[in-house]
Amino acid sequence: MLDDLRDLYQEVIFDHNRNPRNFRAMDDADRQIDGFNPLCGDRLTLFIKFADGKISDASFQGQGCAISTASASLMTDIVKGLTEDEAQHLFALFHKMATGEKVEMDELGKLAVLAGVCEYPARVKCATLPWHTLDALLQGSEEPVTTE
Amino acid sequence: MNQQVDNIAAYDVERIRQDFPVLDQQVRGKPLVYLDNAATSQKPKAVIDSIVQYYQNDNANIHRGVHTLSERATLSYENARKKVQTFLNASSEKEIVFARGATEAINLVANAFAEKISVGDEILITAMEHHSNIVPWQMLCEKTGAKLKVAPINEQGELVFEEFEALISNKTKFAAISHMSNALGTINPIQQMIELLHQHNIPVLVDGAQAIPHIAVDVQALDCEFYVFSGHKLYAPTGIGALYGKMEQLEQMAPYQGGGDMISVVTFDKTVYSKVPYKFEAGTPNIAGTIGLGAAIDYVNKIGIDAIAAHENSLLEYATEQAKRIKKLRIIGTAKNKGAILSFVLEGIHPHDIGTMMDHQGIAVRAGHHCAMPVMDFFGVPATARASFAMYNTHQEVDALMAGIENLIEMFG
Repeated sequence: MLDDLRDLYQEVIFDHNRNPRNFRAMDDADRQIDGFNPLCGDRLTLFIKFADGKISDASFQGQGCAISTASASLMTDIVKGLTEDEAQHLFALFHKMATGEKVEMDELGKLAVLAGVCEYPARVKCATLPWHTLDALLQGSEEPVTTE
Repeated sequence: MNQQVDNIAAYDVERIRQDFPVLDQQVRGKPLVYLDNAATSQKPKAVIDSIVQYYQNDNANIHRGVHTLSERATLSYENARKKVQTFLNASSEKEIVFARGATEAINLVANAFAEKISVGDEILITAMEHHSNIVPWQMLCEKTGAKLKVAPINEQGELVFEEFEALISNKTKFAAISHMSNALGTINPIQQMIELLHQHNIPVLVDGAQAIPHIAVDVQALDCEFYVFSGHKLYAPTGIGALYGKMEQLEQMAPYQGGGDMISVVTFDKTVYSKVPYKFEAGTPNIAGTIGLGAAIDYVNKIGIDAIAAHENSLLEYATEQAKRIKKLRIIGTAKNKGAILSFVLEGIHPHDIGTMMDHQGIAVRAGHHCAMPVMDFFGVPATARASFAMYNTHQEVDALMAGIENLIEMFG
């Protein structure tokens, strides 16, 4: 009876929610920053390490819904090995996808499983919170990020 | 017992549902099950009609103009004040001040009391307050140098009365307490609390936003200085609510806002304010909303607040029993004395996922912190899902809620 809901809650999302990847604190992170969605109380801390001009490691901690946890899990996986510019470019693409703009899905790879959120305006920020947090970190901010 | 059975038998929920046009719809292909009444209630046709009637036939500004429409509008507006007076059993309709809602009413009182509070004074609230009964007092404290004292709650979500008592001292200059918690459903022993506070000559504001649709309120019996509520939780439109204040208090209080309708004489040297309650009602008020509030009170009186309470309590009892059978479910707020609110969390499933998945089944529940972040912190949860019941909800809807929860637990695996 919840078949149409599968567009939003794909099995991959459940999987990442149950077993989030890179879900750990990073003591030797080069940068870390908090992200917060005051509307729903979701919060995460993002940790990033750089080497040779690239993101060499990414991890997160915090609490959130399945959408935001899966999004953070997928994001921390996919940005490893990217330069800052490449990560920013991916953020721009992801943001477009989440807000329902047309975008080349191939470039998004695994992140495409979150495309369904654009049908749920109240949930878009769940998916984009980790990315906004990454964006602020890459821009050198140390202030906590909020989605409001 | 027999009496109670009779009352429930006489309570015709299907007939009541027909009075609420919004309930007759499908959401995502399922019949709407509206269980977000603690956020706002639906409006009966009588309320909608009263607003249409006002705009179609009587629309004019009030308290000015001698023309017929203005007189009609004024009469309807002032009649609503009398209806609120009777509903709260205030001794005079002059003790009823219209405001945008409970929030504005609390701000009005906090603003007036800023003049009477100084450094070292204390304001007492409880740990289960809605943000609207926390933030105005924090702002008052910032302005005056007073301290905010918070009476704690226990694991059931009940006020710890001894600790509340222990926080009262000769420094306590004001107390603001909720009648019923919006996040937990807890009903506070406000009569006892007010008596205790009065032994120390402390004025009390009761936040009745959540209690008003569920509990018969008698402000004279309670003897509180102030009682506030929002119309929209009482089947009335949004943007209208009321402040009850004892006349002796209201007379001493400074106006909240300046403007038209709150003055008797204005010159550039000096303005003489109107009498209570008008000195608190600057500008053209929400006339249609006020009339709608009057119609909502008439409607509630027709059904009977005690009959409504009995029906809702039966729904809560049934829902609580059913919820206890779901292994992964934990009820947040298990006070002995509780109103029609079932706040819960599901193991491993975030409340926002619950909210979205319930919506897919046509069921409207609230997911979030319910404007009570300190309560969430106390229970160690980021948010809860909340089903809240009103006069038109049915036992079948409770069944739909429970089936919906079982479905999503299965889906999450």
